[in-house]
Amino acid sequence: MHVVVIGAGEVGTSIAGSLASDHEVVVIDVDPERAEQLKYEIDVLTIAGDGTTSEIQSAADVGRADMVIACTDNDQTNLVACGTAKTLGDGFTIARVKSTDFLRTWEGSEGAFGVDFMVCTDLLTAENIVRVIGLPAAIDVDPFASGLVQMAEFEIAEGSPVAGQTVSEADRFESLTFVGLFRDGELTIPRGDSGIKSGDRAVVIGSPESVQAFATDVDPHTTPDEADDIVIVGGSEIGYQTARLLGKRELRPRVVERDADRARWLAEQLPKAVVMEHDATDAEFLTRENIHEADIVVTALGSDEQNLLVAVLAKRLGVDRVIAVVDSPDYVTVFEEIGIDIAINPRTVTAEEITRFTYESVAENIAVLENDQAEVLELELTKGCALVGRPISELVADIDARFVIGAITRDHKLVTPRGDTVLEPGDHVILLVESDSVSEIASMA
Amino acid sequence: MTTRIRVGWRASVGLTGDVLAALPVPLAFPLLIALYYGESPLPFLAAIAVSIGLGAAFRSVQDPAENLGPREAFLAVALIWFLVAAVGAIPFVVAGVGTVAHPVNAMFEAMSGLTTTGATVLVDFSLHSRSVMMWRQVIQWLGGLGILILATAVLSEIGVGGAQLMETETQTQDVNKLTPKITRTAQLIWGIYFGLTGLAAVVYFLLGLAFDPQMDLYNAVAHAFTSVATAGFSPEPLSVGAFHPVIQWAVVPFMVIGSTSFVLIYFAINGDPMRLLRNEEFHFYLGAMGTLASIVAFALFLDPSVTFGAEATVRHAVFNVASIVTTTGYASTDYVLWAPAAKHMLFMGMFIGGMVGSTTCSIKSLRWLVALKTFRRNLFTAIHPEAVRPVRITGKPVDEGAIRDIYAYLLLSIVIFFLLTVVIVVDAERAGLRVTEFEALGAAATTFLNIGPAFGDAGPYGTFASFPMSTRAVMIVLMWIGRIEIIPVLVLFTKAFWTS
Repeated sequence: MHVVVIGAGEVGTSIAGSLASDHEVVVIDVDPERAEQLKYEIDVLTIAGDGTTSEIQSAADVGRADMVIACTDNDQTNLVACGTAKTLGDGFTIARVKSTDFLRTWEGSEGAFGVDFMVCTDLLTAENIVRVIGLPAAIDVDPFASGLVQMAEFEIAEGSPVAGQTVSEADRFESLTFVGLFRDGELTIPRGDSGIKSGDRAVVIGSPESVQAFATDVDPHTTPDEADDIVIVGGSEIGYQTARLLGKRELRPRVVERDADRARWLAEQLPKAVVMEHDATDAEFLTRENIHEADIVVTALGSDEQNLLVAVLAKRLGVDRVIAVVDSPDYVTVFEEIGIDIAINPRTVTAEEITRFTYESVAENIAVLENDQAEVLELELTKGCALVGRPISELVADIDARFVIGAITRDHKLVTPRGDTVLEPGDHVILLVESDSVSEIASMA
Repeated sequence: MTTRIRVGWRASVGLTGDVLAALPVPLAFPLLIALYYGESPLPFLAAIAVSIGLGAAFRSVQDPAENLGPREAFLAVALIWFLVAAVGAIPFVVAGVGTVAHPVNAMFEAMSGLTTTGATVLVDFSLHSRSVMMWRQVIQWLGGLGILILATAVLSEIGVGGAQLMETETQTQDVNKLTPKITRTAQLIWGIYFGLTGLAAVVYFLLGLAFDPQMDLYNAVAHAFTSVATAGFSPEPLSVGAFHPVIQWAVVPFMVIGSTSFVLIYFAINGDPMRLLRNEEFHFYLGAMGTLASIVAFALFLDPSVTFGAEATVRHAVFNVASIVTTTGYASTDYVLWAPAAKHMLFMGMFIGGMVGSTTCSIKSLRWLVALKTFRRNLFTAIHPEAVRPVRITGKPVDEGAIRDIYAYLLLSIVIFFLLTVVIVVDAERAGLRVTEFEALGAAATTFLNIGPAFGDAGPYGTFASFPMSTRAVMIVLMWIGRIEIIPVLVLFTKAFWTS
């Protein structure tokens, strides 16, 4: 596919990098130095200039492009770029926005602004955080097949009942499948007799209830789902969206925001939340307001440094789980090594969401794992494709790539995959695939 | 060095002239009645002449270059209300009959009329001509919704200044513009008022045909004017108590609607009734009336001296509580005879008031609701000092500045009320009258809060004529101040208003 990416910031570079191996990618950026530097970093063509003008877009051959992705830092620029692209050609336009107002407008009117798909970074990140809060024992949770199937990644702690069991012992749930095991950062496709060690990260796919039950097995001491006391530190857009989404689930988060005007605005917008105007790095305030006894603290302040400070402080004061928003992808591992329970990178979340569109429209949903080692996809099988009509055991034997089928939904009902299960057209198949083989498998659907 | 006057008083005076010049129109109605009944039209002709003359005189002062800003609006509101009442007093003086022939009494009656108070200095109702009695009703109807909103609707020269005038007249919130042109918004609101009045007249007349010949066309129209205006004058000395119980029940909904926000009524009529039904102020207003009525009914049932039947007890409790809370001022019975518990509830009810944006007076439900919610919020922030917790009414946050204004207004009202009670008691003592403390409290509340009837001699079937002239003069001023919500008058007495 011919893909044009407008804006070589963190998100743009990340997406271009993912796509470069399989597609022809052109990256436009307004900064000539950046454009120059980029073509040495990843295998793409770069053009320096204003990506909203037809002149530059024509130079990037937007007329012939299959996909145009506008992900600069400015919402309006992205919208205009998509609008311009639509005048030149027929490609699928994707715009990244920060403001949910544009998202609402676009949702209300098909193809508004010339945008075929809009990704709202902060809202996506908030949704991610809220999902993780719902499943406290998990590091990452993603829904598939309109929520019928869930994928979850768990870290197996020292004292976990699951550590030391074999996969078949741990996988005692009918509708749950173990699809992957990461040990020391390396992916292994588990078999029934594979052992689980503490420190491993297990990826399972199954019905939400079975995932929930497995979570209780992995970490029985985890606070129950209705985590009562959630504190969000930082009334940034992500903080606000998280509070809003939690409010919709009948939870009453507390929000701590330092700026008076912003605090007032948040209090007006969030009737269910308790907003406090104070500096969250003040340990005396945190203890007085019993934040140290909170079940979950989410740090969504303006910078990684601030988030790290508050997150570490919260952990030291004794908060059970701390979720930090980390802007810079390099720092994600740093956060997790220090002991922050979950670090969420908004750009990874955005890149995941956008990248799924680059598959031949049969792949509907993907999740990216462990710095791109593996991906979990949802494929809708078309009639006569290479995957239908044969039992899974045959497929596993025949296909060269490493993959595990986690779940199948047929007519909106869950089918547990077994060796003798035969795939049919129209099935939604959720499977874990090694990153290198993703396009190959996806094209077989 | 001459101090410059920095208020565009010419604009205010000019506007007053415009309004005065338009007064012959409402004056024409009692004029026609006089002709119909063969009574002398002179009182009204005199008033018409004065209004035209004064109107022309004031208009001549106008300077087209001067605009009507917020300051000029205060002056205009204060002047207009006072002068229209003054012109309205003329028919009483010229008619020359009864207590009201005296200029101060005439001014009292006219001001009580225009401000929709409903307190009267008439002693013997039978002395007065039907046209003069109808004029009392008409002047209350004029003041019901607010003269300035009527002026904005009708006098096109007011134009954009109308929004400022309407906001100054109502003092509580920003004007809810229903349409881009303020004139149209004012017309819509007045249209509803007009329609409700017409409906009331029809309902009363039909019920009169069925149940009570005393409710003839004259009475139906007269009472329609003052029910929807929540004003309270009646040509009958016994007020609504003179009529059949069914009619008494029928008056209640019109008083209640008259005291409901007309903007919400507009939305309800135009297909969005939930906005009214879900409104928190509306719930508070109905809840207050319901609670008070229940307590009064309870007190009446327990009172051995009260010999109404069950239906009558409930009726009198509901009617009189509704009449007081909506600030109408009708009475269905002489409640002066009731036990202290019941009378005290009526007295308390005087301080509540109906909804903002209606014909009601007094402090108004919204202010109480905001104040109470703010108290609750303050308790929370006492525990969590950093918590930011906007006060919400029907889901929408209330601006902190508005909350401060509401507190200030509440305090000011209470202080003025107490000062008035002092004036009444001391002046009565000077004049050698025996006025009890409760009677003084009641008289102060009922005039300042524009309710109408009080207790004791000034009860619903009594008269204010028994108070000394000086007290009556002070009451005229207090009725005026209370109706236009204090501020427009008080600012006129500050130096800053005129010179800074």
